[in-house]
Amino acid sequence: MTDNTFTGMDELYRDFILDHYRNPRNAGTLDNPDATFEDLNPLCGDKIRMDLKIDDGVVTDVKFKGRGCAISQASASLLTEQIKGKSLAEINKLGKEDVLANVGINISAARLKCALLGLKVLKSALALKYVEEPDL
Amino acid sequence: MSAIVKPQTQGLTQADVARIRANFPILAERPHGKQLVFLDSAASSQKPVQVIEAMDDYYRRYHANIHRGVYHISELATEAYEEARASIARFIGTPCAAECIYVRNATEGLNLVAYSWGRSNLKRGDAILLTEMEHHSNLVPWQVLAQQTGAQLRFVPVADDGRLDLHDLDNLLDGVRLFAFTAVSNTLGTINPVRDLAARARAAGAVSVVDACQAVPRMPVDVTEWGADFIAFSGHKMLGPTGIGILWGRKALLDAMPPFLTGGGMIGVVELTKSTYADVPARFEAGTPAIAEAVGLAAAVRYLEAVGMERIHQYELSLAGYALERLAQVPAVKLYGPPMSDRTGVISMTVGDIHAHDLASILDSEGVCVRAGHHCNQPLMEKLGVPATARASFYLYNTPDEVDALVSAIEKAKRIFKIA
Ligand SMILES: Cc1ncc(COP(=O)(O)O)c(C=O)c1O
Repeated sequence: MTDNTFTGMDELYRDFILDHYRNPRNAGTLDNPDATFEDLNPLCGDKIRMDLKIDDGVVTDVKFKGRGCAISQASASLLTEQIKGKSLAEINKLGKEDVLANVGINISAARLKCALLGLKVLKSALALKYVEEPDL
Repeated sequence: MSAIVKPQTQGLTQADVARIRANFPILAERPHGKQLVFLDSAASSQKPVQVIEAMDDYYRRYHANIHRGVYHISELATEAYEEARASIARFIGTPCAAECIYVRNATEGLNLVAYSWGRSNLKRGDAILLTEMEHHSNLVPWQVLAQQTGAQLRFVPVADDGRLDLHDLDNLLDGVRLFAFTAVSNTLGTINPVRDLAARARAAGAVSVVDACQAVPRMPVDVTEWGADFIAFSGHKMLGPTGIGILWGRKALLDAMPPFLTGGGMIGVVELTKSTYADVPARFEAGTPAIAEAVGLAAAVRYLEAVGMERIHQYELSLAGYALERLAQVPAVKLYGPPMSDRTGVISMTVGDIHAHDLASILDSEGVCVRAGHHCNQPLMEKLGVPATARASFYLYNTPDEVDALVSAIEKAKRIFKIA
């Protein structure tokens, strides 16, 4: 208990987070993606681009490319694993809680933006593609 | 592990620093239950009670609008505002208080020059010279000016060691009307040869603008000795409040410049369709100014003068030297910037593959405040080839123990990230 904030940091940066940071899953880009978007967090310079292949309303492939802190990159990596094979309807329901559940710990307000960047990029990519079908 | 030898600090003794620290209430704060180790003074310094009380006293006893009321407390406020200007002028070595214009911060000062001097003096085909190490505040206003006037932007390159590469300066200055450069880099800590750069600008027929944000707080500055034409700095980085800064300019240049913002306080005679403008400095101080902040900045200047700028500078250099020495011994720490002979107490670093934000979060959990990111220096970071660095900066209230706290927090971060 004397060192509980440090333990907090230990919990935030658990092995699987470091693993996703250092070995991001679905890293790279797709040729001819059906949806794509890139965004950055201008305050800290975290950057993520996401490419999606969508077949019949289902995400069949996804790749992401980015740079930034362990939280932003690991949560994007986790998100790509989570959405592969999912329908757009399911993906549309994903929110902040799902990202936090992936990361597995409550994050301070200052770092929440980092954790949510991947989800923001994903939603923007889909919004851009399905701009004419808002209820998808 | 070999015993750590604490440095013999220069400039200030341990007892001096203990007395100084007692003047800064915030240093007693305990974020996350840890002692606050504030290593981000280059972004904004903390404030001594002398400054806080001067502003408090102003609001309690003699707040009123200035240059307007004929009643007693308005006269007191006006006097305090103008005396503050005179103290600041003395502090930077000019006998002419009217050359010091109150602005909100250095950013506003630089914009004022770009707007008022720039628009009436630059034309298509003229050149503006900058350096690759400028803060966005000393870059974007000139980009806008170049777009508006058709002038061309040029850049003095930064060498790999973090110093300006001045080999080609004479060529670069050819055809230049304005040369704007920082006195000290806020990212690398590099001290630039201001006097030499200003002299070479003058010889080439260019006006020189010095971003002195990181210099005025931490070293003796004498504008006469520098020989530049304009100098901008912010109060909040030199123990003063936010919301006030200074643009110093040569009187002859200021006198010839049109106003920046217009309205009350900066006028001579106002008719319905036209007006004449007040003399410098009032011409550039439209609207009710930051009076309490001027009073606070003057108190900050008195504090700095009482300690002594040369001593502050020496002390900061000795702390930075100690920090560089200790950090250089930590495996996986990479340090940026020039050798000690050409730098101040601003240290940028990366640690293994830990992103600067993760590093800063972990240091914060130990009470250690450092800056993480691009430090408003994106082009320079591109050049260094790193997305972001963590930056520690030292000031008169920091101690060798705090350098040790920084190093051990970095060691914790390395353990969490499993870096040898
Ligand atoms: C070198 C330099 N120039 C300009 C600025 C901008 O200062 P302000 O935000 O107070 O206008 C800063 C502060 O970060 C700085 O370090």
